[in-house]
Amino acid sequence: MANWVFKGIRTGIKTTSYPKRNEQAPGISPGRPVATKLQSADAAADLMRRCPTGAIRAEDSIVTIDHGRCVHCLRCKNGSPSHVSWVTDYEWSVQADEKKARQMLAKAFGRSLHIRFLDAGACGACVSEARQLNNPYYNMHRLGFFTTPTPRNADVLLVAGPVSDAMRLPLKNTYDAMPRPKRVLAIGACAMSGGVFDAGFATAGGVAEIIPVDTFVPGCPPPPLAILHGLLTIVGRKPPTTQASVQVTEARPI
Amino acid sequence: MIGLLYNETSTVNDFERLCPEAWRGQISVSLNQGVYRIRCDPDQLVEISQWLLADVGCVFATLVAEKAAARAPTLSYIFIDPNNKRWISIDLVLEAGRVSSLVGFIRGPSFDWHERETSDLFGIQFEGHPRLGGFVLHEDWPGASSPMLKDVDAYAGRESRGVDSRWNLQTIVAAPGSFAMPIGPVFSDFAESAQFLLETVGEDVIRTIPRFFYKYRGVEKRAENQLPDYVLLLAERFSGTSAFANGMGFCQAVEKICSIEVPARASVLRTIFAELERLRYHVSVISNICNSTALVVAASQLAIIEEELLRLCCCVTQHRYLFGSLALGGLARDTPIEMCTHLQETISEAGDRLGQLETMLRFSSSFLDRLEEVGRVSHEQALDYGLLGPVGRASGLVFDVRKLFPYAAYDKVDFGVPVEQEGDGYARLRLFFREANHSVAIIQRLTAILPEGPIRANRVELRDGAALAAIEAPAGAAFHWVRLKPDGTVDRYRVTPPSFANWHGFHLAAENFAFQDFPIILATFGLWNAECDR
Repeated sequence: MANWVFKGIRTGIKTTSYPKRNEQAPGISPGRPVATKLQSADAAADLMRRCPTGAIRAEDSIVTIDHGRCVHCLRCKNGSPSHVSWVTDYEWSVQADEKKARQMLAKAFGRSLHIRFLDAGACGACVSEARQLNNPYYNMHRLGFFTTPTPRNADVLLVAGPVSDAMRLPLKNTYDAMPRPKRVLAIGACAMSGGVFDAGFATAGGVAEIIPVDTFVPGCPPPPLAILHGLLTIVGRKPPTTQASVQVTEARPI
Repeated sequence: MIGLLYNETSTVNDFERLCPEAWRGQISVSLNQGVYRIRCDPDQLVEISQWLLADVGCVFATLVAEKAAARAPTLSYIFIDPNNKRWISIDLVLEAGRVSSLVGFIRGPSFDWHERETSDLFGIQFEGHPRLGGFVLHEDWPGASSPMLKDVDAYAGRESRGVDSRWNLQTIVAAPGSFAMPIGPVFSDFAESAQFLLETVGEDVIRTIPRFFYKYRGVEKRAENQLPDYVLLLAERFSGTSAFANGMGFCQAVEKICSIEVPARASVLRTIFAELERLRYHVSVISNICNSTALVVAASQLAIIEEELLRLCCCVTQHRYLFGSLALGGLARDTPIEMCTHLQETISEAGDRLGQLETMLRFSSSFLDRLEEVGRVSHEQALDYGLLGPVGRASGLVFDVRKLFPYAAYDKVDFGVPVEQEGDGYARLRLFFREANHSVAIIQRLTAILPEGPIRANRVELRDGAALAAIEAPAGAAFHWVRLKPDGTVDRYRVTPPSFANWHGFHLAAENFAFQDFPIILATFGLWNAECDR
């Protein structure tokens, strides 16, 4: 078995330097559309028409994006001409409404945070991206983040999916079983708004319908660094993206 | 290739003429969209299906139920005749809303879950089925009991049940000290939701009773009355890890209905992306297998390759899981030439490293001890349950839609279908490796012959009709059946993913084993509940 040890050593360090420095490698994030001011109202209306989930809203020439509904279908980006402003970043997590959100966890949790993952009907992409947090590229253990098999030891409940009918009760029971202080991080468009599944006969349309959510990570699916950013905001090691900090960019040519 | 598995007793070639002759004119057969449709009385279902399975050598593919308002429900039992490479369907109109179950006859298990699902969603009674109800809709499902009926509103929200659903389950192990150990629905590190009840007498588990559909999101119901452009979003997003394959299945069905010709460049690119997805899927499965045996270095090495493939997907298609690449009639975006070169280079490097890891794993005896003779599924069992994809092929079932009914550009490339005979965990691991190598080879060959030209059909006109498309998703054959209305919206979308068949066979492998082998058996199946539950 010694050959495995040498194999591991020969591979060297693959781990990202995030959060110390920003990660720049290509392919870490698909990016997302951002709010923008276009030169004409027609161009804005065209973008709104292209969006199948109603994530893009246009008022005159100003385009705003509801990231909780954006499912990364890239239809606003396809074809020419496309007027969308696309930014390839990954620090996406936002606080829930100020009234509802609880404070960041105390400093004591900063480097010892235990996470219970719960799949509330996710398609598998969010689950897969969350699993990547354990791969050598992201390795969340180095930041003091660990998964735990029982909610009794968990500080953070990491939830993905629109909450299918059979998962409503397990979700609530898991949340209730966690000791205080506890925080809920909902990842993916499904967990925020129901995504393409919406609310309906089989799904609740978002985690906040069942339990209080503190931080949301939009994306379909959010890339591993976006989930990592969400965890870092929960322990106050990174500021969340606020609605105010989403700048309306300059007018773009048609 | 097919002869390995199926007896070639069938000499029926002119099926349209010979089938009614064999049945002395009691049934009529017509050819429609490449499917031989047998219309018969529901009472004849058992006889005819047994004839197809035993004498013609067919395998069961899927069961499609439809129920228009104020009309009797219809059922289509769709079979594949692998010897003659054709589709055969038995079409029934159920005036009485009931039909005989096929569970007690030859290949009965392959019908089992289909009948349970159809019974739950349409309220059709399958007479003689030992256990209907509480399957897709768990016990105590509130509100309308048959959600696929047209008068049920898919968008009506409703109150949840206030209590945990009871699982009315009969345990069978009666030895002194025996008990049932539940695992799930919330368990392990990053596990998907499902429950497994392990009947045990202590250290050894006698049998496993899985319960799925915790993640039922009603994709088929959601798709109704929507335009195909929107349903494509659903088809991609019910199973994120096989998004491209399932999205392509849906597109192919709609393209068949509307006679849309996909340009050559698009069909080659589609094949490349489908194989890219299969490669990433298989690497992820192999990584999970290593992880389940606690061989962490190997798991990490494979996870590195997986992450690099995800990044590659993002560079080439702008999405790590290939969402949004497809469009009806081709692809949404073209792939620039420099990206094709990047793809070729990265893939061949990943293939080399995969080969090195395979060699190292084959000589890690402590690793192999955990896999060999663990979770065995015999050839006969696999045939009876109709297991698909790598799980079926590891038990000697040579069944691959890419070879049987070549679609996209699979007829332009030469590749073999790997098969193993042992049916244990190690056979499945070897098979995942071999298939990953095949995917690398297919991608390399196709990027070399990628033709120039448009990437999308210039005319996409929707019209009414119905069609079936079969594709080989990473986990096995997926069947997409679509009916469009005259206004172009979807009337019925039936998707039968491979995980549905393979999870049904999971309990065969998870029998008489030691507790600590459970995660290993689970990992060697390489399945996603999201795909099964829809």
